[in-house]
Amino acid sequence: MLVIRRLLFVALCCLGACAREQEAELTVFAATSLRDAFTTLGESWKAAHPGVALTFNFAGTQELRTQLEQGATADVFASADQRHMTELVKAGRVSTPELFARNEPVIVVAKEAAASIRAWRDLLGAKRLVIGAPDVPIGRYTLQILDKVGADFRAELESKIVSRELNVRQVLNKVKLGEADVGFVYRTDALSAPELTVITIPAELNAIAEYPIAVAANAPHPKLAEAWLALVRSQEGRGALERAGFLLPRAP
Amino acid sequence: MQRIAIAGLGALLVAFLALPIIALFGTLSLSDMQVGLQRSLVWPALRLSVLTTLCSLVFVISLGTPLAWTLADRRGRFSGMIETVMQLPIVIPPAVAGVAMLLAFGRRGLMAGLLYPRGESVSFTTAAVIMAEVFVSAPFYVQAAISAFRRIDPRWITVAKTFGASELQVLFRVALPLSAPALVAGAAMSWARALGEFGATLMFAGNLEGRTQTLPLAIYTALESDMRAAQALAIVLVVFAFGLLLLIRSSAQSSEDRTR
Repeated sequence: MLVIRRLLFVALCCLGACAREQEAELTVFAATSLRDAFTTLGESWKAAHPGVALTFNFAGTQELRTQLEQGATADVFASADQRHMTELVKAGRVSTPELFARNEPVIVVAKEAAASIRAWRDLLGAKRLVIGAPDVPIGRYTLQILDKVGADFRAELESKIVSRELNVRQVLNKVKLGEADVGFVYRTDALSAPELTVITIPAELNAIAEYPIAVAANAPHPKLAEAWLALVRSQEGRGALERAGFLLPRAP
Repeated sequence: MQRIAIAGLGALLVAFLALPIIALFGTLSLSDMQVGLQRSLVWPALRLSVLTTLCSLVFVISLGTPLAWTLADRRGRFSGMIETVMQLPIVIPPAVAGVAMLLAFGRRGLMAGLLYPRGESVSFTTAAVIMAEVFVSAPFYVQAAISAFRRIDPRWITVAKTFGASELQVLFRVALPLSAPALVAGAAMSWARALGEFGATLMFAGNLEGRTQTLPLAIYTALESDMRAAQALAIVLVVFAFGLLLLIRSSAQSSEDRTR
């Protein structure tokens, strides 16, 4: 009898511990491109919030949106794309989002082609161009950029597309491996591959990606979520984002 | 009572495996299906999938049958090791297989100097799709063929040889007819695997409509914009695969009947 009582006591303690742990866990859904910046911020978050577990779910924005639509539990959602965030707002899955970072599409060049392709005007010298699929954010921005160049330039460039990859990392990998000689990626991705030559796209042609962040409507810990948003907005948060290659939102 | 308990456990697995497939069909209305099937990426992808899986099947059978025949009698010193190595592609995650293929056959790969003296490369071509499919699907056929050849009663082969049959005649006139149903089943399994191939293709061949975008890649591409189109495409794939699996079942059945 005593043994049973003791076991029951231990079991209840375990349950209590589990419940306490669940009380103090912040779950952040974030676009893959935010991995470096958010992981850095996570370290200082842990120092400031001992006892609060921090869980990241990094994936493509589209995948995260699908997970949220299917009822996944998250406190914060940081999107690489306004469109997906707007859809989630409409569906009542997140509260009012706010812009916290911007990311600039750039061109990366494999080392085999680095000698001949040095600036935007050399782009037609590329043999194999890789871009994102039209429905993937980086692919959509790339098409917006191509919309602004002349029809001939665009047609010639499009004839060199050998693959429309399903996420920006795949575009980067194809160039890193030398399979493609040129690809359109974000500045943050280019920064992670120092062996590649980076060409800046002329400002009048470029389409800058905008990153909104919001508290999830079903957030188990909305206060902790607000605290994470505050950290991202803080001096420290902006510094981490800039070091990862992001631009900050324009002052309102 | 025990029988019911055993069947109950089995039913649990049936429910688990069947529910997602039922959901795939049940949650899409007929008009959604029509809209989904009208997307421009559907038919080129279906055509490419049929074409490439047929090509890869030809390679798998014409190279896999001699390999299985050689490995089946366990004579060579390394045959056990080779047999195990041949099974590895089943365990390797397909995306990793794609990276490995790039490292071997890519522009900067191990074989680049030998294969591409003029700087051309197989990556981003339909040939690369077929290569990826052969890589992931061959083990299924080879394994089925090895077991089929091992089940042949060795006396049949001895008899054929005493009547003066050459090695090739033994293979074509005795071994192949005897194990035909099992070989067909293995080939269908291998074909089904090639049809579903996604990760290695995406890595090694890329994703371009009409050239390297097979059905699974088209499904994933559609998923980025339109869940219904992705679902419609997935249904096409499932129905196609279902027909294939029925073929496997019926040929396995006839193989059983024959051995009885």
